[in-house]
Amino acid sequence: MDTLVAQYSCPAIEDTTLDAEQDELLHGPDALSLNFSLPPIAQPSSWLRAMTDDASNPNCPIKIAHGTTTLAFRFKGGIIVCTDSRATQGNWIASQTVKKVIEINNSLLGTMAGGAADCQYWLAYLGMQCRLHELRNKRRITVAAASKILANLVYSYKGMGLSMGTMCAGVTPQEGPALYYVDSDGTRMAGNMFCVGSGQTFAYGVLDAEYRYEMEDEEALELGRRSILAAMHRDAYSGGFINLYHVKEDGWVKHGFSDMNPIFWKTKLEKGEFSNVTADME
Amino acid sequence: MGSPFSMNGGACVAMVGKDCVGIACDLRLGMQALTVSNNFPKIFGINDSVYLGLTGLATDVATVSDLFRFKVNMYRLREERNISPDTFANLVSTSLYERRFGPYFVSPVVAGINQTSGKPFICGFDSIGCIDFAKDFIVSGTASDQLFGMCEGLYEPDLGPDELFETLSQALLSAVDRDALSGWGAHVYIIEKDKVTKRLLKGRQD
Repeated sequence: MDTLVAQYSCPAIEDTTLDAEQDELLHGPDALSLNFSLPPIAQPSSWLRAMTDDASNPNCPIKIAHGTTTLAFRFKGGIIVCTDSRATQGNWIASQTVKKVIEINNSLLGTMAGGAADCQYWLAYLGMQCRLHELRNKRRITVAAASKILANLVYSYKGMGLSMGTMCAGVTPQEGPALYYVDSDGTRMAGNMFCVGSGQTFAYGVLDAEYRYEMEDEEALELGRRSILAAMHRDAYSGGFINLYHVKEDGWVKHGFSDMNPIFWKTKLEKGEFSNVTADME
Repeated sequence: MGSPFSMNGGACVAMVGKDCVGIACDLRLGMQALTVSNNFPKIFGINDSVYLGLTGLATDVATVSDLFRFKVNMYRLREERNISPDTFANLVSTSLYERRFGPYFVSPVVAGINQTSGKPFICGFDSIGCIDFAKDFIVSGTASDQLFGMCEGLYEPDLGPDELFETLSQALLSAVDRDALSGWGAHVYIIEKDKVTKRLLKGRQD
């Protein structure tokens, strides 16, 4: 009889074991991400696409900042994360000093490619969710969990015109060094090496040729730098400054935000690479 | 694919100084985002004191420069003298208008010194031959908005050859650094009555 009563009566106090995170999973993301106002028309997503897609319509009225090369790879000593710093709107170079690596916390990094505003906003949001996870569970979020928060989030907006290709890199006690690729189609995959953006092919070219898992730290940093340099040189929509990070067991270390131009000429003149560039007339 | 004028990229600028003119171009040849060559000059010598800059679709830049080489050679054989910059400007204009209904996708710039009057001469054209005479500067190419800004800011009348070189170079380099489709080095010509100086500028390689 007692079991029957228990089965059909409500508990006096709400089940407190259902924590906020589970609650969010059940009832969808919190108000912050649901408060976007939509244009008062029948098909907001296709309207937005018509207004912003400069690939199919160069005269589109809203130009979104694009164009990037970012890379990250796993090796013996951790993870190298490297990006360029250019933002373009059509052929106009809107900025040469964009920070495309987002420091989520002391051991987690995110990279930006695609729509600058989308990446900036959602990676900041991800940073917030990671901090909340930390407070609720008294331990650091895993890279797997962090990347999945982002992947589920962008999936919920699929078809609405979000544009982002990101990588999440970090080292946690549970996983060791971990690297995930997440994009606005909803793709999420773990891997050893990713290059993302308009210059990705150029970076892959250098990276594939020289990559070994057993590299030393200095070699790995140089390979990251050299791959981005190749992409900056050949891809019109990549350039500016080389932003280099090394993610280790005890957190990430920044290895500078340095102008590519002196590095390029040093590479050319001292190592004899980039022989396609003319340094004298005829 | 975008406009034929911005498929290959490129920039050109000409300026007038005191008894001299300057003309400069970048060196990039691209296919949309991909940079194919870093050594594609867009300035062509017509004779010792007349130069032609061509930006726009690279295939037409090559075709039109060859066409004018032919026409100017024929002119020299018939007239037994070099073509003056103002006459050459009219030749460019009429030749482009012949293709009124299927134009070459180029934006030419002419710079030179008239050897009879000793006067500096520059002008620009649209793709079907409308001449834009200017007494200060002419810009063309994918970085033309940026070049207009730089030239309006840096230009002053009656510069000597060395100051003109400096002004022209700074204007071009700064302009192409804000354009994704041009840059990768530059050529600068300073034309005086009986001397032409050609210089190579090292530019940013991104």
